[in-house]
Amino acid sequence: MTAAFMDTPASSYLEVEDLQVHFSTEDGVVKSVDGLSFHVDRGQTLGIVGESGSGKSVTSMAVMGLHTASNASITGSIKLDGQELVGASRETIRLLRGKKMSMIFQDPLSSMHPLYTVGNQIVEAYRIHNDVSKKAARSHAIDMLDRVGIPEPAKRIDAYPHQFSGGMRQRAMIAMSLSCDPDLLIADEPTTALDVTVQAQILDLIRDLQKEFNSAVVIITHDLGVVAELADDIMVMYAGRAAEYGSAEKLFNAPEHPYTWGLLGSMPRFDQAPTDRLMPIKGTPPSLIQVPSGCAFNPRCDYQPRVGPACLDQRPDLVDNSSDHFVACHIPPAERQQIWAQEISPRLS
Amino acid sequence: MTTSDIEDTPPTDTPGPVRHASRTPDRVSENLLVVEDLVKHFPIKGGLLQRTTGAVQAVDGVNFEVRRGETFSIVGESGCGKSTTARLITRLLEPTGGKVTFEGHDITHLSDAKMRPMRRDIQMIFQDPFSSLNPRHTVGKIVGAPYKLQGVTPEGGRKKAVQDLLETVGLSPEHYNRYPHEFSGGQRQRIGIARTLALKPKLIVADEPVSALDVSIQAQVVNLLEDLQEELDLTYVMIAHDLSVVRHVSDRVAVMYLGKIVEIGDRDDLYDRPRHPYTVAMLSAVPVADTKRRHQRERIRLEGDVPSPINPPPACRFHTRCWKAQDLCRTEEPPLLQIGTAPHSEHKVACHFPVDPPASPVG
Amino acid sequence: MISYIIRRLFAAVLLLLVVSMITFAIFYLVPRIAGAGPETLAARYVGRTASADTVHRMAQNLGFYDPIYVQYWNWLKDIFTGADYNLGTSIEHCARPCLGYSFIDNTPVWPDLVDRAPVTFSLAIGAAFLWVIFGVSIGVLSALRRGSVFDRAAMTVALAGVSLPIFFTGLIALAFVSYKLGIGAAGGSYTPFTQNPAEWAYDLLLPWITLAFLFSAQYARLTRAGMLETMGEDYIRTARAKGLKERRVVVKHGLRGALTPIITIFGLDIGLLLGGAILTEKTFSLNGLGKYVIDAIDKQDLPKILGATLLATFFIVLANLVVDLLYAVVDPRVRTR
Ligand SMILES: Nc1ncnc2c1ncn2[C@@H]1O[C@H](COP(=O)(O)OP(=O)(O)OP(=O)(O)O)[C@@H](O)[C@H]1O
Ligand SMILES: Nc1ncnc2c1ncn2[C@@H]1O[C@H](COP(=O)(O)OP(=O)(O)O)[C@@H](O)[C@H]1O
Ligand code: SF4
Ligand code: SF4
Ligand SMILES: [Mg+2]
Ligand SMILES: [Mg+2]
Repeated sequence: MTAAFMDTPASSYLEVEDLQVHFSTEDGVVKSVDGLSFHVDRGQTLGIVGESGSGKSVTSMAVMGLHTASNASITGSIKLDGQELVGASRETIRLLRGKKMSMIFQDPLSSMHPLYTVGNQIVEAYRIHNDVSKKAARSHAIDMLDRVGIPEPAKRIDAYPHQFSGGMRQRAMIAMSLSCDPDLLIADEPTTALDVTVQAQILDLIRDLQKEFNSAVVIITHDLGVVAELADDIMVMYAGRAAEYGSAEKLFNAPEHPYTWGLLGSMPRFDQAPTDRLMPIKGTPPSLIQVPSGCAFNPRCDYQPRVGPACLDQRPDLVDNSSDHFVACHIPPAERQQIWAQEISPRLS
Repeated sequence: MTTSDIEDTPPTDTPGPVRHASRTPDRVSENLLVVEDLVKHFPIKGGLLQRTTGAVQAVDGVNFEVRRGETFSIVGESGCGKSTTARLITRLLEPTGGKVTFEGHDITHLSDAKMRPMRRDIQMIFQDPFSSLNPRHTVGKIVGAPYKLQGVTPEGGRKKAVQDLLETVGLSPEHYNRYPHEFSGGQRQRIGIARTLALKPKLIVADEPVSALDVSIQAQVVNLLEDLQEELDLTYVMIAHDLSVVRHVSDRVAVMYLGKIVEIGDRDDLYDRPRHPYTVAMLSAVPVADTKRRHQRERIRLEGDVPSPINPPPACRFHTRCWKAQDLCRTEEPPLLQIGTAPHSEHKVACHFPVDPPASPVG
Repeated sequence: MISYIIRRLFAAVLLLLVVSMITFAIFYLVPRIAGAGPETLAARYVGRTASADTVHRMAQNLGFYDPIYVQYWNWLKDIFTGADYNLGTSIEHCARPCLGYSFIDNTPVWPDLVDRAPVTFSLAIGAAFLWVIFGVSIGVLSALRRGSVFDRAAMTVALAGVSLPIFFTGLIALAFVSYKLGIGAAGGSYTPFTQNPAEWAYDLLLPWITLAFLFSAQYARLTRAGMLETMGEDYIRTARAKGLKERRVVVKHGLRGALTPIITIFGLDIGLLLGGAILTEKTFSLNGLGKYVIDAIDKQDLPKILGATLLATFFIVLANLVVDLLYAVVDPRVRTR
């Protein structure tokens, strides 16, 4: 399988180029996203992985045009189906939201209005973009609830969010965001608040619905397991930038960035015999107000001494290692592959 | 019927890296904590006169023992009673019924005053590294608080002892006068751990000690807990919902569902040869960070959500979601019984129709 | 839901009883503890000039020689059954609900209260209408344009509004609106609504503005804070992600979420005002319940004060009850558990 973004860069459904989202605060400028590029096609799933604060949610909100705060500055380019969104009028983007692109959020309880019924909220979403009667919208809402696997949807439609369990709420959120057949679905940590068995149900649901609607999906998570389940391509983010970007197969079987290695070493592997010790990344993620110069990962990187001063004062670009696999690191590709094969991989299994 | 990822795992007789080699077998067999028929019901008030109209059956007849030097984990989905169990063991909650024995002493209904000396030996680590530390106290004051509470003056003075503790958990002694908000989540969790270590406890009950932390930081804390266990001869009761982390840290594991233990056993018995349908389904639902397996894995999908612990299903509480359920399951509660074939097997399951163990040779 | 209503009703009745005990205690028990005997107390009722004999008879008549709980019980009973007072020269009847009998004016208190209530009600309801409209909309606008010139100006005025005393704002309103612009009655006059609605509104305009200014300021601040909080909620983000128009996001999702605390405060404020807006009524010489109390205090007419106080607490408890029930209407989490 080849990664989608290399084959059809010109015709991808969502194309993000050099996206920067900065917030000016009293403490300084927070560079939450600082030069990010990625593509997703219809029928494809892109997984964005990274630790908290790495800029995942800010990226997704930027695509949806939801950064309304006056201190946010967004530059670069976001093209949805060929249409430029950065700099577009609020009304233009509003009309795309819900219809062409939609989003589901991490915490389904706080993300639904506590004072309106689930049905009311789905009907509202549907009627924004479809000029239909309340009655027709209601029966559509019942259909959607049925589609996402809520039992007895005709009865449950008048329930309030607090009367649903966590899994049902997330299903209802999905029903709401899919009610207008959007072509792009962004799921920001859709299962983080859920239990494993319910998480598995929701991941299955997202996969099935994607097949049915042939939509482009961006799934954002900090759990490498979740992206391994769903994603075709994976982008690993660190401090507002992409550290590594490539097909899921490449990322899991031949990762080349020291940060990705660190993530893999930190996770207890469920599919292998238990190891003696985990291999954590030392230190903590940087503040996005004062990102380390050069490679942002350098204070935590075990390989920085091998490369030398370049890591400290030269920011590594995200470059193709010539096999459709993009890595932002000063270690030469051949050496990276060697380190993975000889030093890292054996320790992980 | 079982999942392929379980079959894929090499049987345990393959010599994997040996864990805790320093632990001597005779010490392992001694029971530090024994929990018998532990029950906690939270009354629900309702109706006109706010009378008790029912109860949340948070913990409903739980039995297990924890051996000196081991890590015993309790897993299960949200609301199944893990934290409640932890708070009962540490006597932060008063049990409705049952018995808790620590080092041979019955501590079930000890008064606060009688419990105080026990608190030195039993300490608790909490999930949230942000709310469990008082923001107005310095690190020195927080970590030294147990000395003050217990009226103990450690050798070399309180300050020296606190600074030693900070070093033990990987912080710098210079952090003594700083405040919690100056630290990251992982560092705060270290401060919390330092506080629990102050009185040299024998048992540490950790309720989701790493779930609020990022993956890379989580690994640091897991390693720290393991190192401390070796150095200080600690016994852990670990509460967690992350099955991978539990597998990594535990010697023995209990699976809870709606207030009851449904399966308990050695880590390898439980993870490689799960017998309770719920355990099997839960393990098969864990997403695995391996793209090669994604299409091979056979999944057992549970329908629906965990029922409410206010009116749990009768007989086997799992029967509403169980794919093996039969009439018997709806009328008769399955007891927690030994199931392993080996003579000293400690693998116990509460199920009328346990899942067959995988065909691979059992070590 | 029904059990919720019954429980609330029950609690309200209980509260009324407790409040009546406290009120009673303040007027009857506290003076006793302070050392006043039955006769000193009775003297306060009949006036200082009465003969010792009258005072003694009065003390007996009023039951001041009885134990305190008997007094309380009789007092409570009188409210429901009415009472007769033997003044020596005549026997005066106080029909139920007997909230007391003024021996200074020789009239029962209740009919007076009934007389005065429409003035206070008109004042409270008209002002409430104004302050809800102005306060809430200014609050919403301020929250949406947080940090703007409008926001800062509105909040400065609001701060002045909550900190300035009412007779001050009242006097300014009088001076400016009435004397300068010649709009509104200068005070002292009141025309019943049923008689001439236009006149009614014209007469009350100034007190309304004065009172509403004070409350608008408080409500603007409250609404602004509430809106800032709800507009940061996750569900607002969801509403925007659906593609809703901003105005609908603000009104249907934001304001609705911020409304609950406002309703609570509103209920309590109305309850408080219905018992008499003492300062406003005094400033504008309106013969409402508040003015009644002030006049009674001037004359040390205890039964009047006691009766008006009891009525005022009744309104507060009633308002509390209404708020509780409204809560269930507004918030499904209270209704369906
Ligand atoms: N003080 C309380 N009053 C009433 N019910 C309670 C109380 N504490 C806990 N419960 C209920 O008891 C049950 C078990 O709660 P507990 O906190 O032990 O769950 P848990 O297994 O730790 O879940 P999680 O993984 O979400 O932490 C839940 O249904 C919970 O709502
Ligand atoms: N409105 C804002 N103003 C200032 N900083 C912000 C704002 N929104 C997000 N940030 C910062 O941007 C960074 C990335 O945040 P986010 O994308 O939410 O992280 P995550 O990867 O966990 O989703 C964080 O440091 C966060 O504090
Ligand atoms: S560029 Fe240097 S510091 Fe950054 S990841 Fe590569 S080796 Fe490490
Ligand atoms: S007893 Fe029956 S219902 Fe319960 S787990 Fe076993 S098979 Fe399933
Ligand atoms: Mg996020
Ligand atoms: Mg818990």
